[in-house]
Amino acid sequence: MSVKIALAGNPNCGKTTLFNALTGSNQFVGNWPGVTVEKKEGKLKGNKDVVIMDLPGIYSLSPYTLEEVVARNYLITERPDAILNIVDGTNLERNLYLSTQLMELGIPVIMAVNMMDVVAKNGDIIQIGELSGQLGCEVVEISALKGTGIREAADKAVRIAEKKSAGAPVHRFQKRVEEALDEIESLLDGNIPEEQRRFYAVKLFERDHKIGETISGLPDVETIVASVEKDLDDDSESIITNERYTYIGAVVKKAYIKKSRGKMTTSDKIDGIVTNRFLGLPIFFLVMALVYYVSVSTVGGWATDWVNDGVFADGWNFLGFSSLHVPAIPELLNNGLEAVHCAAWLQSLIVDGIVAGVGAVLGFVPQMLVLFLFLAFLEGCGYMARVAFIMDRIFRKFGLSGKSFIPMLIGTGCGVPGIMASRTIENDRDRKMTIMTTTFIPCSAKLPIIALIAGAIFGGAWWVAPSAYIAGVLAVICSGIILKKTRKFSGDPAPFVMELPTYHMPTVGNVLRSMWERGWSFIKKAGTVILLSTIFIWFTQGFGFENGSFGMVEDMENSLLAGIGRGISWLFIPLGWGDWKAAVAAVSGLVAKENVVGTFGILYGFAEVAEDGAEIWGTLAGSFTAAAAYSFLVFNLLCAPCFAAMGAIKREMNNGGWFWFAIGYQTLLAYCSSLVVYQIGHLLEGGAFGIGTAAAILVVVFFLYMLFRPYKEKGDTWNIKMKTGKAVKA
Amino acid sequence: METLRNVKCGQSVRVVKLHGEGAVKRRIMDMGITKGTDVYVRKVAPFGDPVEVTVRGYELSLRKADAEMIEIQ
Repeated sequence: MSVKIALAGNPNCGKTTLFNALTGSNQFVGNWPGVTVEKKEGKLKGNKDVVIMDLPGIYSLSPYTLEEVVARNYLITERPDAILNIVDGTNLERNLYLSTQLMELGIPVIMAVNMMDVVAKNGDIIQIGELSGQLGCEVVEISALKGTGIREAADKAVRIAEKKSAGAPVHRFQKRVEEALDEIESLLDGNIPEEQRRFYAVKLFERDHKIGETISGLPDVETIVASVEKDLDDDSESIITNERYTYIGAVVKKAYIKKSRGKMTTSDKIDGIVTNRFLGLPIFFLVMALVYYVSVSTVGGWATDWVNDGVFADGWNFLGFSSLHVPAIPELLNNGLEAVHCAAWLQSLIVDGIVAGVGAVLGFVPQMLVLFLFLAFLEGCGYMARVAFIMDRIFRKFGLSGKSFIPMLIGTGCGVPGIMASRTIENDRDRKMTIMTTTFIPCSAKLPIIALIAGAIFGGAWWVAPSAYIAGVLAVICSGIILKKTRKFSGDPAPFVMELPTYHMPTVGNVLRSMWERGWSFIKKAGTVILLSTIFIWFTQGFGFENGSFGMVEDMENSLLAGIGRGISWLFIPLGWGDWKAAVAAVSGLVAKENVVGTFGILYGFAEVAEDGAEIWGTLAGSFTAAAAYSFLVFNLLCAPCFAAMGAIKREMNNGGWFWFAIGYQTLLAYCSSLVVYQIGHLLEGGAFGIGTAAAILVVVFFLYMLFRPYKEKGDTWNIKMKTGKAVKA
Repeated sequence: METLRNVKCGQSVRVVKLHGEGAVKRRIMDMGITKGTDVYVRKVAPFGDPVEVTVRGYELSLRKADAEMIEIQ
């Protein structure tokens, strides 16, 4: 018989460290169905019958944040056999606030007070016996970091889980509130078990609008609640919160002897410098520059180039010696397949389709691991919260979080790790907005397109490249403002009431584990999309009707992809580049943006062109006007990103609807922007006023309306949709 | 009405009442800013918002717009 123990606690209380210590490598990491909240489950070391569920770090069981709703739905509907509540001993008061709520659930609770070594070092004393007596549950002292006490905590949790009896919560509120709660309890349906009645009574008293989703037939208690509110001159939710903290205040007074009052801790000193009004920004930019330099410009970039150009293209020289040349995987495979006289199409499928697809996935991994290593460190040491603190003022205007800075910065190198970096943003709305807008920033793969257009059409004018970045930033800003006013994003205000955790050195194990988990989830979830789409493009590019029969084609003009390009090229006539070659180039950009240049080269009759396509500048200048060329550039900068980035978007949204919404929005914005660029440009070039011009003006008017329409953030409705019950099946 | 928004850095104040409603108010209270709590305003972010306060022995950051909901003495 297996025992299920839920691990619950505040963020930054050492929960992850404890979870890792308890389960070791026996972990399954995933997502709660349909939402972006991470779900971790593991088996207790040395006792395979005990399953430990790591709940998201939460401060309360309120119905207002996604994490809290996920956690409490799990607790209410799945009812684990015991809750192991980990609390931070150095921050007892606020941590106990969640504990008082957990104890009302009617599930046996065992409390582990963490960071006892730090408490002792500060000269403070927590009287465990007193705390246990006051709270009415067993309390164990632990240090998750040093590994002390955790075995005892786990054993006690298992024992209490097997006993299956939850003591009634001993904490009581003031008389007037207790009377009302008793009255509500007596009105509850008789089927609700005794130990859960108080929980439902409190939730009804708070007018918790989500509690009705987990249980039906709750009584109407409005008159009782309203009368208490009138007597105590406050709303019922605040009354309960106040009562909890009043109670905790009394407990802490008896059990916690604080000696370190008023002393500056090391963390305070660090914070005094790092978020200093004058030094804060320079330090911030220094840290960001370092992250970028190492993970994009140097180590990460080298590693990714090695995988892309060495392992999967031309081979590489071991330790740099050309005598130790290691052939590339495609080369090896080609030799092998030719030796066994494999059919040409099968060889092409394996080498150009599957292996190239796998290479496309793996190529991102080294860079991503380097980036994730940094992110894990920044999160673990406490600086990530300060990033949000410093940048919030700027980013919140466009519906983004201060933490969106990092995804955008990394996005200038590559959008894929950029999107994956949005994982550090807690707020659901901010995170989704960041995922949707990160790829507007021109990544390094878009630079060849910029170079091509600048060189071929604008004579290498200096302003083309900066203007592309400005267009990207404008797209982010305008999208933020427009999207936050739409119904899909409205109603989820982001209360920026955020804990700034104490600085501390993260453990090597935790950092490496976090890095690996994120990297692996990219390979697993995004990898499938990337692989399948690479094979799809390989097929449409290499196959078609030639000389009256279907098969592999010699000339790309006969391929299915060219057919698709011809089929959709009319769509781009209003954008000024209705030529099918341009359409095919844009479609091939979905595999990787730099392919746009190469495809143009092939279509104009060159087997291979330079990175900026210098060979075809002349031809291109002949078929594009300046307005059309810039419109083509804008479209390729803003439209749906490459398949790898789409895979990352799909992975991070974890929801089909949101994924298509993101891709659809990006493509629509790209189309409209290009339309306006071409039509207005065309008019300036001396073109006639036509239907297209009128459409462009309409688009501009609509855009301005969406941008400036009045809007008010609603403070009370949180739009969290998740299926209860079903959502929590392990 | 005096609110937390107007408190200068380095000052300590006591919370009298919380205004507003819904998610933001609940969140502020969940984080420990309740009636009668002492709040120490520690610093302001480099761009002038949000602010960092010490409450119940830990550091919390909140925006000035939200600090306006907190009436103080």
